[in-house]
Amino acid sequence: MTDFSYSEVFRLAVPESMLVVGALLVLLNDLTVIRGRTSAQRSAFHATLTSATCLAGMAWLQIMPQAGAVADGMIVMNPTIALVKQAILLLTAFTALISWRVEFTRHLGEYFALLLLATVGMLFLASARHLLMLFVALELTSLALYILVAFHKESRASAEAALKYFLFGGMAAAFTLFGLSLVYGLAGSLSFSGIAEGVVGREPDMLFQVALVMALVGLGFKVAVAPFHLWAPDVYQGAPTPAAALIASGSKVAGFFVLVSLLLGGFGTLAGDAGWGRFMPGWQPVLAIFAALSMVIGNLVALNQTRVKRLLAYSAIAHGGYALVGVMANSAEGVSAVVYYAVTYALATLGAFAVVQVVEGDAGDDRLESFAGLRERSPVLALCLMVFMLSAAGIPPLAGFFGKFYVFTAAVKTGSADLGLIWLVAIGVLMSAVSFYYYLQVLKRAFVASAPDGFSPLRVQPAVLAVILLIALGVVWFGCQPSVLLGPLSDGSPPLSP
Amino acid sequence: MLTWTIYISFLGMTVLMCLPKGRPQIARLTALATAALGLVFGLAGASGFAAGDGVKTLVNAPWVPALGINYHLAVDGISLTMIVLTGVAAVAGVLFSWNVEQRPKDFFAFYFALIGGCYGVFLSFDLFLLFVFYEIAIVPKYFLIAAWGSTNREYGAMKLALYSFASSALVLLGIIAAHVISGAESFSLVDLAGHPFSEGQQAWLFPLVFVGFAVLAGMWPFHTWAPTGHVAAPTAASMLLAGIVMKLGAYGCLRVAMTLFPLGLQIWSPYLGALAVIGIVHGALVALAQKDFKFVIGYSSVSHMGFVLLGLLSLSMVGMHGAVLQMFSHGVIAGLLFAVVGRMVYDRTHTRELDELQLMRLKKALPYAAVVFAMAGFASMGMPGFSGFIAEFQVLIGAWHGFSAYAILAGLGVVIGVAYTLRAMQKSFYPDRSGLFAGKHDDPQLAPITWQEKAGATLLLACTVAVGFFPRLLLDWIAPALEAPLFDGLRKGVGL
Amino acid sequence: MNDLPILTILTFLPVVGSSFILFMRDGLSGLNRLTALGTSLIALVITIALWLNFDGANSGYQFEQRLSWIPTIGVEYHVGVDGLGMAMVLLTGLLVPFALFVSPGGEGRGYYSLVLFLQAGLFGTFTALNFVHWFVFWELALIPAFFLIKGWGGRLADRAALQFFIYTMVGSIALLLAFLALFLAAGRLELVQPFGFAALAEAAQSGQIAPALAVSLQLFETFSTEQGLMQFIFCLSLLGFAVKLPIWPFHTWLPATYTEAPTPVTMLLTGAMSKMGAYGLLRILLPIFPREIMALQTPLLWLAIASVVLGAAAALRQSDLKRILAYSSVNHLGYVALAVFASVSYMVDEGAALAERSAALNGAVLQMFNHGITAAALFGFVSLIERRAGGLRGLDDFGGLRKVAPVFTGLFGISLFASLGLPGLNGFVGEFLIFKGVFALKAWAAVFALPGLLLTAWLLLNVLQRVFSGPLNERWKEFPDLTPRELWIMIPPTALMFALGIWPQWLLGKLNETLKALAAVL
Repeated sequence: MTDFSYSEVFRLAVPESMLVVGALLVLLNDLTVIRGRTSAQRSAFHATLTSATCLAGMAWLQIMPQAGAVADGMIVMNPTIALVKQAILLLTAFTALISWRVEFTRHLGEYFALLLLATVGMLFLASARHLLMLFVALELTSLALYILVAFHKESRASAEAALKYFLFGGMAAAFTLFGLSLVYGLAGSLSFSGIAEGVVGREPDMLFQVALVMALVGLGFKVAVAPFHLWAPDVYQGAPTPAAALIASGSKVAGFFVLVSLLLGGFGTLAGDAGWGRFMPGWQPVLAIFAALSMVIGNLVALNQTRVKRLLAYSAIAHGGYALVGVMANSAEGVSAVVYYAVTYALATLGAFAVVQVVEGDAGDDRLESFAGLRERSPVLALCLMVFMLSAAGIPPLAGFFGKFYVFTAAVKTGSADLGLIWLVAIGVLMSAVSFYYYLQVLKRAFVASAPDGFSPLRVQPAVLAVILLIALGVVWFGCQPSVLLGPLSDGSPPLSP
Repeated sequence: MLTWTIYISFLGMTVLMCLPKGRPQIARLTALATAALGLVFGLAGASGFAAGDGVKTLVNAPWVPALGINYHLAVDGISLTMIVLTGVAAVAGVLFSWNVEQRPKDFFAFYFALIGGCYGVFLSFDLFLLFVFYEIAIVPKYFLIAAWGSTNREYGAMKLALYSFASSALVLLGIIAAHVISGAESFSLVDLAGHPFSEGQQAWLFPLVFVGFAVLAGMWPFHTWAPTGHVAAPTAASMLLAGIVMKLGAYGCLRVAMTLFPLGLQIWSPYLGALAVIGIVHGALVALAQKDFKFVIGYSSVSHMGFVLLGLLSLSMVGMHGAVLQMFSHGVIAGLLFAVVGRMVYDRTHTRELDELQLMRLKKALPYAAVVFAMAGFASMGMPGFSGFIAEFQVLIGAWHGFSAYAILAGLGVVIGVAYTLRAMQKSFYPDRSGLFAGKHDDPQLAPITWQEKAGATLLLACTVAVGFFPRLLLDWIAPALEAPLFDGLRKGVGL
Repeated sequence: MNDLPILTILTFLPVVGSSFILFMRDGLSGLNRLTALGTSLIALVITIALWLNFDGANSGYQFEQRLSWIPTIGVEYHVGVDGLGMAMVLLTGLLVPFALFVSPGGEGRGYYSLVLFLQAGLFGTFTALNFVHWFVFWELALIPAFFLIKGWGGRLADRAALQFFIYTMVGSIALLLAFLALFLAAGRLELVQPFGFAALAEAAQSGQIAPALAVSLQLFETFSTEQGLMQFIFCLSLLGFAVKLPIWPFHTWLPATYTEAPTPVTMLLTGAMSKMGAYGLLRILLPIFPREIMALQTPLLWLAIASVVLGAAAALRQSDLKRILAYSSVNHLGYVALAVFASVSYMVDEGAALAERSAALNGAVLQMFNHGITAAALFGFVSLIERRAGGLRGLDDFGGLRKVAPVFTGLFGISLFASLGLPGLNGFVGEFLIFKGVFALKAWAAVFALPGLLLTAWLLLNVLQRVFSGPLNERWKEFPDLTPRELWIMIPPTALMFALGIWPQWLLGKLNETLKALAAVL
């Protein structure tokens, strides 16, 4: 607490500051420069400005890499964190661009500003190594997202989803706060490194167990893993599609990263084991159960979904499970695996939502049938959809495959002597075989079924199409050349320390 | 040179995707050129390969250094055999798909994704890379069948895809476990083959990986995807499915499971061998009872692939030689049978019910198809002079040696094989004349056999006859390959 | 001549002719037929040349050629003939043109092409000296036979063809399995030619095969003794030959097949293809499994006796001429089996035993040759009757043909008498030698087989009686006698019957050394 300096804070938080300024600019412009223009023009303007802000943030992180920590780990920067932040910024930029023509609301300035503010929360989340900061950033993100979900004011579903999200979220936040306070009491520190020192080799007693579970409930809710996933399908379904996309992509990346930082950076030294036949209480068994449940429930329930966004929601739950398997690895390699996984998954999901948005805009809903004959209506879109879906299903050479592979390998490596975690990995690989069924359900409509009679080619905004294409290329590229992402992640420096 | 077989296929795929709509002839010619180039590259590579080369590395570059993954393409005699098979089947498949009218460019794009994946699997000596290509080969099958297939196509396609993925999940698990146990340094096949896995580890790793691959090879009782998939698939896809994709499974069994875990092979071979034999006999019996022409061939594939597995599991060199040769042989023969059934008959008569075909006097209407089917049928039943004989013959020697009772049962399978092949031949092309004498027949006007069909059939027939009379063409590749240092562990493990 | 791969040329000559016909335009059936005849006549000339050049005093293989074929399992392309092989090659060379001459013409190119293909299979089988290569031809001969029966046979030909094919395949697979087992044993003994007939026979006679087999096959545990295992392997291979020959009770495919096949094809089936089975007994089973035959001699002899007696008895019950002849083939070839199985017996006087064995074996081969000529001629005559009677061939459909067709009756009668073993004709010599040998070696078997002779005589005389004697059936008043062309076709076989009956030495002279050598090792 002693070395607090504002200049230091600012140095490490330039991108966040840029985003706040950007948000203010959006609001200001909405009231001044473009007031009175058509809605199409306004949303195009805002989308450009928003994504430009994000890209500026990314560029800053790229050109002026910073490292260090301030205020007892309130903000920490290192190359890994920079990468995560860049990913989040990129995802937001893309989200803004697929909102090129917003039709669900007239309050465009607020919408784009909220996108940026949510992103600020995510960025802080990524660099937080302090319980207090963690909670504040979490709330900042969540509050922005609650509003975004409710933005489709004329839709009952949107309102219902927002209410559900808000109530669940509020409850989860309360649990988290309670858990974190217990952790503080037990470990005597708010910063992750302090906690780690406080719990070295400690056998978690009952109270500590409660603290851990409580803390995990809140984070589990954030990343929508079973059994805290109930909000996800309704929110994905009801929210305006770009908002859902942001929840599924950027906020997931931030959520997973902070989960990894907390568990590995804070409790990594705590005893506990989830290996087959040698269970030992700690966070590992808890997380293992979350992971197993998510993979099983997510994949099985997704099997009979008829709406694509709901399907994506359940698939997101399943993917949360896979990512948790990577967290279970409890190693530096596990961290890179989770980051790689979360980023590539987020990209593919964002792309999928973008396609859904286009189809939804034309057909009016996101039922599977609306995708029939997409191949004929827009070959490029269909091909991109295939890339996203197959990546999510884990088909090489797409990024999703390598992500899964890396996560599983990392998990099997822990305690490599007896491959204790292989039971979890076995569930993972078998469930991902199951998942192929529902991804194919979508692709079947797009490629096999023929378009309804008298169909017309789908009209796609050039900006949206460009984003979708870019994402698809990225998914292919990261899959073929995983080292592009892995390089910065595994350059030898411990990913969690400043 | 050989690596270009992979690249040319994916290049062909890309070009086909970018072709303008509504120009089917250009798509076909592009496809034919791509397939032919693949075959040419394969043969050119083969000509530059000396039997004594052992494992000849083509490319070996770091790919994902963080995990010790290399882009390692190499070739040995076994790969080479499969490469040539793939090339031949690819060309024949294009020739027999000449009449695909619905979006031919998409059809061929998926087709070459599959072919490229297959070439890749056969050339990969890095397990991660092998698995990548293996999965790449699985996906297009779904679309080929679901979009261009016939009877029950969506069901057949989905079943096939799910079986493939579930089984490849087992393989993935095994690969990761092997990688980690061996010290997590490398995925290289050569490195891992040199790692002494303990007997306890092999005892569970072997069945995991072997069964994972063997599902795709149609091992009983996980074979049920094969008949439905074959029947649902369009002609070229059935040809590739039976001709190459099932071989991917068998190849994986040999290349990965057996090479890495020979002690596990020793432990499990009696049990898995029993499954192989059940597959032979069961497949043949079921084929005997089918009403749909294509189902007969579909089940016959299960039966013939049983021979491959039996040979692999026979714990003898001769048996393994036979198994590899049988992979080639069945690839060619099954391709031919499916071509006759799917393209020459079904596409003209629009029925595959044997009872209906029986009344059509196809021998008169399609004499060329009748002769081709008769030759393919005899080749399939293991008549000497065709490649199947030499292969099954060696497998039986191996089986006698390993498990005599299995050899006798497999012999029974051959006899049933003769019965169902004759039955199908009799019902389709050479119908019982008691029906004809009763005047219950019609002489349909069918389009004549095109030159593409003739060329494709000739190519495949030439392969099976050439190998039938000169098995050294392939055995001179296969036998030295199994003597190479790569298989030291396998040979020692099973006591050869 | 020794440098020329003459046997290979002989084998592939019909294949060339066959493919040539296949590429002709259909409709030129006359040309098809001419090509086929020409090819088979060239083949005949070659076989006669071979016959003349064959050194009867040499018991070894002649005109040999060997090439490496599948080195990984020691398979060779190895051809050559000894006396036995030479006789069979000659028989094939004679029968094919004969059958082609009897064919009425107009069958289409497929027919002629297949007949030539069949001939290639036969030549290949009789000249191959390595199991794999032999088996290739043994099986390949099946394919044309199957299509010939199916495509040009009678009403029920489909079922007959299927039955024929499947029975034969069952036998072949059993045979194949047996040889694969032997191969494994040979591999353990590190024989240079693990599939060579001679190498296997040598190893078997020196008693090495059985123990080697016991260590190479897991089945050993089931049988617990080396002999038991070896006998099992023997039975497997016997099955292959027993079906082809056929030996009772594996003969059930034969009547239907011979009846339904087009008659010229039946000539080839009975004349040449059934000899493949007999040839296999002599060439393969006898040298490799003498101990096993001896151990199982009594049941085997009973099977042979059953073939002889029951074959004749069954023929008596038939009314279709072709069926009668078919069953009588079972009877005649039963003698061959009888001679082979009896020939492994011991006698107190080893010198006498040798003489009797070689008598029996000489008789067997002579019987094979005779039966080939005679049965083919008989079926040829039936074919002529059928053509005249519009397909009728029942025993009771005719009567008194002697009056309208005296030449026909005369020649047919000669063949019938040859078949029932009248002295002076060929059948007598073979059967005499067989009975002489068998009687000395296993008297009881000869005694029990005797009724077969009597039944056959009764049977064939009955045919003569019912078809040619008695009151003339009014319907056949116009039954034409042999045309000059038919006469010319039928004279050579008849002449052969006399030649073999009166001076069998020209054939036996070439055989004797080979068979003596065979008898000596038993």
